[in-house]
Amino acid sequence: MTEQVQKDENKKLILRLIAIIGGMFLFAFALVPLYNVFCDITGINGKTRGQALYEKVDIDKERVITVEFLTNINRGMPWEFKSMVKSIEVHPGELNEVRFYAKNRSKFDIVGQSVPSVSPGEAALYLNKTECFCFDQQRLNAGEEIEMPMKFYIDADIPEDITRLTLSYQLFNITDSVKVEAVATK
Amino acid sequence: MSDHHPTGITRWLYTTNHKDIGSMYLWFSFIMFLIGGAMAMVIRAELYQPGLQFVEPNFFNQMTTMHGLIMVFGAVMPSMVGLANWLIPMMIGAPDMALPRMNNWSFWILPFAFTLLLSSLFMEGGAPNFGWTFYAPLSTTYGPPSTDFFILGVHMMGISSIMGAINVIVTVFNMRAPGMTLMKMPLFVWTWLITAFLLIMVMPVLAGTVTMMLTDRHFGTSFFDAAGGGDPVMFQHIFWFFGHPEVYIMILPAFGVVSEIIPAFSRKKLFGYSSMVYATASIALLSFIVWAHHMFAVGMPVAGELFFMIATMLIAVPTGVKVFNWVATMWQGSLTFETPMLFSIAFVILFTIGGFSGVMLAMAPVDFQYHDTYFVVAHFHYVLFPGAIFGTTAAVYYWLPKWTGKMYNETSGKIHFWLSMIFVNLTFFPMHFSGLAGMPRRIPDYNMMFADFNMWASIGAFGLGLTQVYFLISIIIAIRGGKKADEKQWEGATGLEWDALPSPAPYHTFATPPKVD
Repeated sequence: MTEQVQKDENKKLILRLIAIIGGMFLFAFALVPLYNVFCDITGINGKTRGQALYEKVDIDKERVITVEFLTNINRGMPWEFKSMVKSIEVHPGELNEVRFYAKNRSKFDIVGQSVPSVSPGEAALYLNKTECFCFDQQRLNAGEEIEMPMKFYIDADIPEDITRLTLSYQLFNITDSVKVEAVATK
Repeated sequence: MSDHHPTGITRWLYTTNHKDIGSMYLWFSFIMFLIGGAMAMVIRAELYQPGLQFVEPNFFNQMTTMHGLIMVFGAVMPSMVGLANWLIPMMIGAPDMALPRMNNWSFWILPFAFTLLLSSLFMEGGAPNFGWTFYAPLSTTYGPPSTDFFILGVHMMGISSIMGAINVIVTVFNMRAPGMTLMKMPLFVWTWLITAFLLIMVMPVLAGTVTMMLTDRHFGTSFFDAAGGGDPVMFQHIFWFFGHPEVYIMILPAFGVVSEIIPAFSRKKLFGYSSMVYATASIALLSFIVWAHHMFAVGMPVAGELFFMIATMLIAVPTGVKVFNWVATMWQGSLTFETPMLFSIAFVILFTIGGFSGVMLAMAPVDFQYHDTYFVVAHFHYVLFPGAIFGTTAAVYYWLPKWTGKMYNETSGKIHFWLSMIFVNLTFFPMHFSGLAGMPRRIPDYNMMFADFNMWASIGAFGLGLTQVYFLISIIIAIRGGKKADEKQWEGATGLEWDALPSPAPYHTFATPPKVD
């Protein structure tokens, strides 16, 4: 190879390699939506989906599923936050309502965001929420308390082996990352 | 062929010579090896007895974090790049690397990257303390302020590795001497070519990960923050998508080294050359689909655990092919046991032990017990110290005569080997037991029941550390006043660097390409 040919060949190869490198850098970011889509389809990370519509379906009176509720408060969140019942027994297909209680025990107005998670993870696909405080950010002014409803039904297609599932909420303080005034009180 | 080279400090600052750059990489990695080793000494001193003796728990965590980062990115990876720089052009009959100026740059980024990283030790709030895997949210929400220096440091060393990898690929593809077909290349060149592809595939993903961390920390994004809709488990997926190929980046060049050395001292051709090439390539390909075996305990569905478990165990097949080939190469060879050969044989045996504990860890059900215990520490130190580092050490002894024209003292080399062999096992073997008994990783204090195992490991570690200082001294003595080496120092050695070049290899080699038949 003459020197010029060599240089051209090198340049071609380098450009290709740089394209791979750029592609892989973007791929790292593409993994974020891919991960979310993948988990949404398979439901494997225990995240519940967004708001569901309740359609009148046959209620499977034969099956009873225990749904337990857990609440956790993240660091730096001066709220009280608990579900008003520890667990309920439901039939697949039936619309249920439970209520959660939250109180801002601090002297400041605080915005919270609760993030749900279902265990076992595969059950997340069958837990449909028609109404949930976790769909919105919550603002509680200093000392304010609130009862928040959550309506859900369990899909009748839920696998036979699931007889008990846990819905847990982790409550985060997101006051620093939002404008408190922009979030309406309930 | 003139052997003229520039002198003084500017020789090293401005050099575009692959041999100079290779030497700088090797010396740099050795300095980092000693720094990372000193941190390991702090860790082992603290763990010598249960209870807190020397350091605060937070400083202990900084030590484990920095030890891991320095050893992975500062010691092992640059040492392999150093070997590549020295050897690849000589092995394929090229006058230099294809992109010499970039080569200079990719080296000189490293001292700056590690100055940034190490400077974090002296900052308020201390150095990164979240483990070398820097899981979110430990490294995002809870990371010390110096985490940003860590992020920038990782970016810079990533850029350096990527440029090194581009250089290797272009050199191997475009600079081979006439007649040097791909399947005639020495196995070291092959393993490095595959490593270089791994590097350009995954280092950008690492760069993406730390970029996401940076924006999470400062620019209000929520990639890994559940409160904003992100997911900390996703961090582990993205990190290990980089992290698993990374472990092969560290070991594949060492595979190449022992595949050169074992045939030389067995006086036989390497058994199964082409199967070695294919096995290396399969290991590299499989490394992309096994990442989640590092996170069996996050709560994956059974189907996921099964997939990653089986895919991981599949890697044992090409690895087994390689181990078989090394043993078959020695089989009925006329073996001699000079220092490089001793390190290579120890590599085969001890790396295989590390591989076996890897297979144990690959089994999802039992991994629930082993996860985050000292068993994991034992496993990866067995593949990294007697694996990657013994491989590099063997390479230094084997090619030192070619690089410097001076022979090391064989007795001194053997002392270094046997001390390393004894101490490496004394250090890391007891960790299997303490791990199986349930001792967690990354803790400065532990239950009394682990006291004996830890005392042995600490004694081994101090010995192992001192032995490497002895290695440094004996290599310096060899370079300064060793016996003059022959052109072909090892009678069984093959390859252009031994057959077509004098010792020491002149500053400029293969200005006209050699003939390869």
